[in-house]
Amino acid sequence: MTTISRRKRRSLTRRTLGWGFGFLTALVLLWIGVVVLLDPDSITSLMASLYGLVGLEGQAAAIAERGLQEGFIRLITVFFAILVGVGGVWFLFTAGNALIEASPSRIRPRLRPWLFILPAAAFLGVYLVFPLVETIRLSITQDGGFLDNYSFVFTDPAMQTAMRNNGLWLVVGTTGSVVIGLLFAALVDRVKREAFAKTFVFLPLAISAVGAAVIWRFVYTWRPPGASQIGMLNAAWTAAGGEPVAFLQTMPWNNFFLILIMIWIQTGFAMVVLSAALKGVPTELVEAGRIDGASEVQLFFRVVLPSIRGALITVATTIFIVILKVFDIVFVMTGGRFETEVIANRMFNEMFRFRNFGRASALAVVLLVAVIPIMVVNIRNLRRQGIGT
Amino acid sequence: MTAVVNARVTLETTEPTTRRRSPFGRFTHNPVVRISVFVIAFFWTLPTAGILISSFRDPNEIRGSGWWSVFAHPFETGQWTLDNYADVLSSAGMGDAFVNSLVVTIPATVIPITIAAFAAFAFAWLRFPGKSILFAIVVALLVVPIQMTLVPLLRLYGDLGLTGNFLGIWLAHTGFGLPLAIYLLYNYISTLPHEIIESAAVDGASPFTTFTRLVLPLSFPALAAFAIFQFLWVWNDLLVALVFLGTGSRTAILTAQLNELVGSRGEDWHLLTAGAFVSMVVPLIVFFALQRYFVRGLLAGSVKG
Repeated sequence: MTTISRRKRRSLTRRTLGWGFGFLTALVLLWIGVVVLLDPDSITSLMASLYGLVGLEGQAAAIAERGLQEGFIRLITVFFAILVGVGGVWFLFTAGNALIEASPSRIRPRLRPWLFILPAAAFLGVYLVFPLVETIRLSITQDGGFLDNYSFVFTDPAMQTAMRNNGLWLVVGTTGSVVIGLLFAALVDRVKREAFAKTFVFLPLAISAVGAAVIWRFVYTWRPPGASQIGMLNAAWTAAGGEPVAFLQTMPWNNFFLILIMIWIQTGFAMVVLSAALKGVPTELVEAGRIDGASEVQLFFRVVLPSIRGALITVATTIFIVILKVFDIVFVMTGGRFETEVIANRMFNEMFRFRNFGRASALAVVLLVAVIPIMVVNIRNLRRQGIGT
Repeated sequence: MTAVVNARVTLETTEPTTRRRSPFGRFTHNPVVRISVFVIAFFWTLPTAGILISSFRDPNEIRGSGWWSVFAHPFETGQWTLDNYADVLSSAGMGDAFVNSLVVTIPATVIPITIAAFAAFAFAWLRFPGKSILFAIVVALLVVPIQMTLVPLLRLYGDLGLTGNFLGIWLAHTGFGLPLAIYLLYNYISTLPHEIIESAAVDGASPFTTFTRLVLPLSFPALAAFAIFQFLWVWNDLLVALVFLGTGSRTAILTAQLNELVGSRGEDWHLLTAGAFVSMVVPLIVFFALQRYFVRGLLAGSVKG
């Protein structure tokens, strides 16, 4: 009896020691990592003191004097970044669990769920709930106060242009993506190697808006008359006998050229969802229509379209909200100049460039208010289809 | 919420659909249909092909003639070069930006997915006070546009000295990604067979052990699917990166650096084309290699809700 319990006790001690040692090592590593991340220059002094610690004073002095190579500093930063980012979160959960398991068994069951829920709740509180309330407050109190900020949003001439453009984006961009996506989905349904053909249209969805902007800037690029046109659109236009056009600076058409980029990206999304919906249309329905003598076009508009109504609403509302918040494309292509301003781009400039936090907040609130009704439509639609919360 | 739909539908439907038959029941040999498909696919690819081909052309060639002129003499080796990539990676800073993108994106994917998985497990299988209210809040927060959070967070970060370093942007992306992650993972984890979870509890496993040993491995498809979604989102993001990291050479990520290049070297097409391709290469690899996970993950969990 006694030997067993002694052995048990010894192994317990050893385990506790092991745990404690691991815990301390992890803590030190994480602490160093956070310090390095907050101030990359501290790597130099850290390395110097590390060399000093193992007795290489000469090396330590040399490092302190000359500094480290930029590449080496980057390498260490990357190492600690991944370590802190990936290891840190797991360390915190494991340590929290160890603490709870060490707590009195009476309160343990009640404590346990909070280990799982508190980190998420804290993040949601700090990064979403607090800013939500604060943005509304700032839009009322900052700069010229409520009246000033919101009258700027709705009456300032530049903002009216932005509102008009956003409206244009929403109508043309959403319609364009959905119509082309539906057309392609309906067509591709009928050909061989369907998946292969879809990839080409789906691909832009994986590319960043900045990348897409560069791609299309090259398509639209402009050279003076006489020079060889290296932009596709101008080359085609001049080949057809026209004078070269600076597409991005020609108001108001430049807005359409920007919207085309969004259509290029979002059509893939519309196509994929609608294509799946088309395959869900019952074969019997189509056959019945055929027997009744409907033409293919009639079949499409009378039978197929009504039965994919839910998917159409999902696609349209999703793209609508993406376009409502459009920022990157305008920011990279024109920066909102040449009357191409949109709400989200203006919001970024008010916040980041002019530091008008009140106006920027008012613009954000307008975006939120605009999103909510679309969301309601979307959620209702999902409910009707039996998906969603 | 839309984001959910977006993610879910994308995940469900990118599956190669050839196995399911069209309701029309047969392939067509109608040349109009086949040509239309070809034309749309062709025009959708043309702009990307333009920058890809240009990125391998000599800078003088790019300036001298349109990229399509290479098809007149594709085997003339003198016109092809890799120098654009060497230039854009070193002197134009895209190499550093590539590393920064990795440093931002990997933790900004792992942290939210870990925290969300823990929370989703608690929402699905543990009992605690205020559970349904908390979950309702999570779902409601799906609606909030990121713009709504930027001004207060920018001010908060300014006070805390968190602007311009990686820690700050990981935490920001974590916060923004959480509602969707919790919602999607909840949909999956809550459909795991309750016999498994309960028998683990009967065998004396603590919730922590059940979660790490049982639930996490079982949820792999959902975790992988959300990971890909979040990874691409963070990698392609410009707005959050500009606000919280800025454009300093030490912290600028690919999208921010590419935007810088457009501003400062807007007519140097040899740099812009190669730079754009550098920024696209990882998403393209993910897209082609992992397309299957895009589907599998959320199929099981979120179709029924």
